[in-house]
Amino acid sequence: MNTIPPPAVIFIIGALAIPLFRGRLKSAYMLLLPVLAFAGLLNMPEGRYWVVGFLEYDLIFGRVDRLSMVFGYIFTIITFVGILFALHVKDDTQHVAAFIYAGSALGITFAGDLFTLYIFWEIMAVSAVFLIWARKTEAAVRAGWRYLLVHIAGGLFLLAGTVLYVAQTGSPEFDYIGLGTHGTASYLILIGFAVNAGLIPLHAWLPDAYPEATVTGAVFLSALTTKSAVYVLARTFPGTPALVWIGAIMTCLPIFYAVIVNDMRRVLAYSLLNQVGFMVCGIGIGTPLAINGAASHAFCHILYKALLFMSTGAVLHMTGKIRATDLGGLYKTMPFTCLCCMIGAASISAFPLFSGFTTKAMTVSAVAHEKWYVVWFLLQFASAGVFHHAGIKVPYFTFFSEDSGIRTTEPPVNMRLAMGIAAAACIFLGVYPAPLYAILPYPVYYEPYTAFHVVGMLQLLMFGALAFTLLILSGYYPPEMRAVNLDADWFYRKGADAFLWFINTPMKKFGHGLRRVWFDSIPGCLLLLSKNPTGVVMIARDTLLFNILKVVDPADAREVEQRLAKLKAGYPYPFPYWTTSAAVFWVVLLLILYLLIFFNDRAGLTAA
Amino acid sequence: MKALRFLDKPENRNIVLRCFFVALGVLLVIDFFIHKHAAFPWEEAPGFYAVYGFVACVSLIFIAKLLRYVVKRDEDYYNR
Repeated sequence: MNTIPPPAVIFIIGALAIPLFRGRLKSAYMLLLPVLAFAGLLNMPEGRYWVVGFLEYDLIFGRVDRLSMVFGYIFTIITFVGILFALHVKDDTQHVAAFIYAGSALGITFAGDLFTLYIFWEIMAVSAVFLIWARKTEAAVRAGWRYLLVHIAGGLFLLAGTVLYVAQTGSPEFDYIGLGTHGTASYLILIGFAVNAGLIPLHAWLPDAYPEATVTGAVFLSALTTKSAVYVLARTFPGTPALVWIGAIMTCLPIFYAVIVNDMRRVLAYSLLNQVGFMVCGIGIGTPLAINGAASHAFCHILYKALLFMSTGAVLHMTGKIRATDLGGLYKTMPFTCLCCMIGAASISAFPLFSGFTTKAMTVSAVAHEKWYVVWFLLQFASAGVFHHAGIKVPYFTFFSEDSGIRTTEPPVNMRLAMGIAAAACIFLGVYPAPLYAILPYPVYYEPYTAFHVVGMLQLLMFGALAFTLLILSGYYPPEMRAVNLDADWFYRKGADAFLWFINTPMKKFGHGLRRVWFDSIPGCLLLLSKNPTGVVMIARDTLLFNILKVVDPADAREVEQRLAKLKAGYPYPFPYWTTSAAVFWVVLLLILYLLIFFNDRAGLTAA
Repeated sequence: MKALRFLDKPENRNIVLRCFFVALGVLLVIDFFIHKHAAFPWEEAPGFYAVYGFVACVSLIFIAKLLRYVVKRDEDYYNR
């Protein structure tokens, strides 16, 4: 077992060799890496491997059980599809970053302790950001920085939680944690995970950054960060009721945004949050059916979400446009891409015979089984809503609707192949889900294809489509428009602006004022005073006198005024009667006074 | 490419729409003939999913329209 390296190592070390190859050899090498990793996965029986001593702890790089294997398989598969989609890209940075990123996702999946988890968690944040920066637009660079800052902050929560947790339990075991028993530690860890999973209200980084990523980078991004967080949540916080509610809210809130945003990949980013909501809800329920639902939904979701990001990305790649307001009528020139997009759309909408149908329903029936009435209604609302925005809006405004006049061609062959593979997988898992059911964490006793389920789902979707059709035809549908829609990122984006303003304006003024008073005014006064303290005293005395006499005796006041003017003009020298001898006289007087008091005291003491 | 131009003609669009409406009718009719293993009592009401799907999507769009009044800003809002 220890003869083959862990899949994370295959990817991360393998990534470093990518720049050494050229041309077809490079393509072959990059496609070989996920194949090798997948072969490795097939030869990993359950257990713990690759244990490395670190201080007094063990770092476990290979904890293999049924839950980690589901995610291991899909992360490897999607890396293959994603890299095939990206083969035409001539930028090594993107390829290397993609493999390190995918490797870190696999590292998280097979980590057996919290330290290993944390290491890969941070590698993931840093490698992912290069897939955003590689777009090289100003918007991408800025969004990348925000992405990095948010994820580093999330990582710090995880680190703090981990340290507290290990201090409490004495073991860095990465397994069930739960909210009940470990107090602050578990909340900190949960916040760290929640950032990556995009749990509301910590979700804003996702629709902010993903639409700014490169065409090919977005495919990896859509698959790895949130789903590896779903995996760690399923391991550490199953059966947490708070997650049921957060998940249910997550399925609903983003779809309102998805209706009004204009950038197609931003629509997909919001629908990604909505889909992760279903998984988080399932994890919160925590029964075997619900965990199976979350894991299988993650598996299929990665495929169809990648497919949707690939088909919209192909449009962006070929036309340079991605906004609904700029697109339309592309089905004539990109029929294959259009077909793939519609297959992805049907899958995410959970149409019968497509992959979402066979997996999402497990979560929903787990919710029904545990009698969460309100949550059930929310999930059904979201199911209808997801069809509306991801199922109809994305293909409709991109490929149909009013012809935008754009004439283009299909994307390069590697892109078409990658989309074809993902589309075929979506249909295969929709028609024949048994192979997926066989690898789920718990035995599956679920039958998706019952007449009631099929008809119910079709009614929900088709009558949702009817609403869309009627609203479009009647003109009530909100028109697509170029705009920014505020989300939770407003708080840190405008908050940062406000902070900078606070530093640059009031704090700067205060600082300048403080410096002037402390370094200029006060030393200046002291300097003036020290040149002739008695002179200052006299000037002060005459000023006071003058002000009194002005009222009492104006004639004398004039005399004092003249003297004062003379004193001021002459300052600091000369002052006629405050000579050295006078000073010595006063000092001697003081000493005598001191002596008298001293002796008097002594006399008093002796008498006592 | 000819087949792809099919949707350009308005009369063909009407054919598609008519097929769609027929499909909706069929779905409502079969509803009466299937065995329902419902988890909640309201699922057994005829056409429950149809009504809920329609109401959900209409309310989704109208709420989203209202949401625009709250969150919509100019495209350069963050770069000013």
